[in-house]
This record gives sequence, structure tokens and C-alpha cells, in this order.
Amino acid sequence: MADKPMIEIDAVSRYYGIYKALDDVSLDISAGEFFSLLGPSGCGKTTLLRSIAGFDTPTAGDIRIDGQSAIGVPPNRRPTNMVFQNYAIFPHLNVEENVAYGLKRLKLGAEEERQRVGKALEQVRLSALGKRKAHELSGGQRQRVALARALVMRPKVLLLDEPLSALDKKLREEMQVELRSLQKAVGITFVLVTHDQYEALAMSDRIAVMFGGRIAQVATPKEIYQHPLTRQVADFLGGMNFMTAKITGENGINLSVETARFGKVTLTKPRGFTASNGQATIGIRPERLRVLWDDAKAECEVQGQVVDRHYFGEITHLIVDVPGLEKPLSVSETNNFGADDIPVGAPIRLAYDPDALVALAD
Amino acid sequence: MSGRHGIQKSRWLPAYVTVYLAFLYLPILLLPIFSFNNAASTTFPLAGFTTKWYASLWGNSAMLDAARNSLIVGVTVSILSTGLAICAARAITRYRFRGQQAATGLLMAPLFLPEIIVAVSLLMIVLQIGIELSLATVILGQTVFCLPYALSVLISGFEGFDRSLEEASLDLGETAFGTFRRVTLPVVAPAIISSLLVSFTISLDEFILAFFLSGTEPTLPVYIWGQLRFAAKLPSVLALGSLMIALSVILLTTAEILRRRAERRMQAQGAVHG
Repeated sequence: MADKPMIEIDAVSRYYGIYKALDDVSLDISAGEFFSLLGPSGCGKTTLLRSIAGFDTPTAGDIRIDGQSAIGVPPNRRPTNMVFQNYAIFPHLNVEENVAYGLKRLKLGAEEERQRVGKALEQVRLSALGKRKAHELSGGQRQRVALARALVMRPKVLLLDEPLSALDKKLREEMQVELRSLQKAVGITFVLVTHDQYEALAMSDRIAVMFGGRIAQVATPKEIYQHPLTRQVADFLGGMNFMTAKITGENGINLSVETARFGKVTLTKPRGFTASNGQATIGIRPERLRVLWDDAKAECEVQGQVVDRHYFGEITHLIVDVPGLEKPLSVSETNNFGADDIPVGAPIRLAYDPDALVALAD
Repeated sequence: MSGRHGIQKSRWLPAYVTVYLAFLYLPILLLPIFSFNNAASTTFPLAGFTTKWYASLWGNSAMLDAARNSLIVGVTVSILSTGLAICAARAITRYRFRGQQAATGLLMAPLFLPEIIVAVSLLMIVLQIGIELSLATVILGQTVFCLPYALSVLISGFEGFDRSLEEASLDLGETAFGTFRRVTLPVVAPAIISSLLVSFTISLDEFILAFFLSGTEPTLPVYIWGQLRFAAKLPSVLALGSLMIALSVILLTTAEILRRRAERRMQAQGAVHG
């Protein structure tokens, strides 16, 4: 990754009346990075993307693209191109004409234009369908046309607004892999907006999680999943068992806590953490709790009783009531060893790694 | 007659449909039949084939004048009403504004008002203001009358037009004007042409407004009405009528084909399937 950021979001706010769609957002996106804006609907992620594209103007703050301030620059003069959520394929043009649309203004000459269109269609594996009209294409094919149409312009930044949300699950998963490898191949900065945490985790170099017009955390997928800073982030990215713990010690970096069933642990203090009543929220992911079979032993374990069971094919979710905890634990166990056969009501022992516990800010 | 499958086809249904269609189209079918009949009276049996009634139309200068008047009125009315309806349809489909429902309702109202009442009130106003009755007053009246038809064609054409098409064009480096020329216009063109054709056809056939507002320059329907007093002229009126029906059918069919094409484009644009 290059040192100089490709996109600098500098204290950007966007107000609609008193509603703050974006509230003092700052963010750097590196050149060649696959960056995702992740959050629930209404969190401001689309407003931010449209501000980068030039379809929305921030109320305050600056957006720089490749070092140049983009405020006041209309979308047609920005080095960005966008893949729209509904793809916005021009219905009166065929696939080739759609892809060539932006090139027409560049006056490249027929031969170069043809070559660039051909190459772009090849990149998205649509070479055979050049003469088709939009209404003769499937959803997946339309998405490829939208991609080719944007990539053929050789933008510095490709913006993708929920590009996979209109596709069915299987196609979506295929396209995740394909988008990722396409991005590696062309080396262009991709900024993706999505509300699907798995999509963001699977494709991104880094993710910004947004809530209520603010950025809650920016980190790599692994970091953001394993070490969410706040309860909201932890909850949005997969399941999490939340517990209250008593703070026994605190310094600049660490937090020592004591919990009812998970003993005394020292955890990394999340940025922005403030204790309330000497208590902290800690969490553990359901898949970090493993079922202990027969007389298997583990260094750290908790005991409880299965109160409910949900079968999901490759895994089973067990709901385990542990005396002393305010809420039953959710446990996600693979079905390799028969977790789907554990009867409701059975006593159960669970092993965990203390490193799997995280402290969370509110 | 209900059987295992719930509703079964009644054997009266085909008979009903036949009678219905016959009642609707037989009289119209008689028009071209008698227009080729070699007799001045419109009675069976037919007296042999002739095209002389059609030939006689060409030498009839009063008829040709009326045809020219209808053409002038039809073209002007279709352009005016479509032009106004484009603005209205764009406002209605693109923006949300206060009084939108009321505005749409008022624009569509002439569809449901008795035409003769509209004609009488327009005549009163025109006479009050002191404007001479002419083709201009017919154009004025018919534009008001055609607007709701043009509007309903255009609203259905514009409704599926997605804002993101224009954004995509801007995003790909095109200017606002270039976007209008290369995306907006071609995408909505079928609907606009369809609206022009529908308005023209309605104007061509429209009688009441033209009768009240045309003064000394009759349009074709007004001319035909005048000719009906003379029994001897009836066959050439039938020939003229046949030509007008043929023209209307061609224009409306073209309009419908274009409207469907526009609709298909919009659907292709809107819906996304895996």
C-alpha cells in the first residue's frame, strides 16, 4: 500500500436540516486498497460514497482525491467512477455501447476505443455478449456490464454502491471472489458500500464500520471481527455473548476485570472506553466457546445446561444457561462431532481461550 | 356450469363475445364496404366494385381544405399538448411536492368532464374576450382536451425512468446537456412519439370542440357533419371516413408499439434478476 492516501475524508459533515447524515467523519483510504464502508441502512455510508462521487456535497469538511480537493468539482470531472446499486445500464444501448459510453467523449479514435471496450469486456468475462441489450441480460451479467463500463474509464477510484445486494446468495458469493480478484488485477482503489458484514469481511483490505453518521471503527477484517472496539460494532459483525464484569484494575493500555464465570482476566482497553459504576462490558464470540466431550479437560471452562438448540447444517447453535450469568451463552459448534445430537436439558462443559475475551466500549 | 376445476367455460361466453364484437365493429366494417360500392345509396345488395368515390375526393376542394385544416390543427395540438405534458409528467414522476395529487387530478379532469360543457364554456370565454373563432381557437380547445391523454401516456413512460441513469452518464464524464441528449431523450423518446401520435389521432377525430370553435374553417369531422345533409354526397363521405379510420388505426397501432417498447426498456432497467 502506498504511503500517500488516495482519498482523504477530512472532517466531513452532511446535514439535512437538523438530521446529521454524516457527523465529522475523517478517513484516509490508501491507493490500491479495497476499502469497505459497512453499516446498517441510514448510517451515512451511501451519503459518504455519493460525496466522493460528487452526487452529494458535504455541509462542512473537505474531500481530497489523489491530493486534489474535490469540493465543487462535478461528478463528470472527478477521477472516480461508480457502480450503481441497480447498475443503471442504459436501456437503449447494447453491452458494447454501454461500455463505450464514457469513452466517446475522450475521442480516442475507433480502433483504440474498440480495443479498450474489448479488454474491459474480457476482464468481466462478457466478450460473447457485446451485442445484447440490457433487457436480455441476467442480474449478474448486468453487474458485469456496470463494472466494465466504469473500469474502461481507468478511474483512480472505483466506487461500488451495494453492488451485490440485488443478486441471489450463490451468485453473490461468486461475485465476491470475482470482485476481489478483479481489484487485485487492475490495482485500482475500490470503495465498497455494503450492509452485509460477510461481504465486507470477505473482500476488504480494511473496513470502516459506521453508525449514525459516525465512524465507529476502521480496521482490517480480522482485527475488526476479533477486536471490535464497541458493543455496537461487535453486535453488527456476527454474534457476540455480552457480559458485565467488575473492573479490578485499569491503566492506559489494559483493563483487569473479574467476571462471574470467566474468572479474572486482563484485556486490552478499547479506545474511547469509560467505566460505568466500576463495571465493563466484555464479550466472547459464540464460536470461541467449544463443547468439551466426555472427560476432556481444558485450562479454562464453564459449566451449564443446554436450554435450546438451532440446527444450521454445518453448525449447530446451542443456547447454554450458565448459573451466575445474566444471559444464557450462545455457542456455535461444528457438527463434525455430533453437536446437533446434544439433547436440550443436557449438562454441558464449554472450553474457552481467555484471549478470546474482549473488552468493549459502549 | 361449475365443475371440478371451479369455474368452467360457459358455452354462452363465445356467443356473447361474438355478439359484442359484431355490435362494435360491424357498423365500422360497413363503412369501407359501401365506400367501394358502385351505387349512391347505402343498401344491400351491393352493386359492384368502384373506386370512384375515392377519386371524387381528390377533386373536392372544400374537402381538401378541411383536410388541410385538420392537419394543421392535429400537428399543432399534438406538439403543444405533448410539450406541456412532458413538463407536467416530469414534475409528477420526478418530484414530490405539495398539492401533487390535486395538480395531477386537475390535469386529468378534462377526461371526465362532458366535452360539450367544456366546448360551451370555452366558446363563452372566447366570445367574451372577443377573439375571432378560427383554427387557433380550435387548437386552444383541443390542446386542453388532449393534454390528459398525452399526460397519461407520458407518465407511464417516465415513471420507470431511473434517476441513476442520468447520474451514471454524469459519472462517466458526460455533461448535463450531453446526458439529456444521449440518455434522457433516447430513453423517453418512444413515449414522446407515442404521445404525439395519440394526441394527433384524437385531434383528427374530435368533433364537438371543433364544431363550436372553428368558425368558418371546418376540420374534417365538421366538414363530414355538414355533408351528411346531402344524400348524394354520402358515398364520398364514407370513402373519406374509411381513410380516416385507416389512418387512425395505423397511428394508434404505432403509438402502442412504441409505448410497449418504452415500457420494456423501463422494466429492463428497473428489475434485476439473478
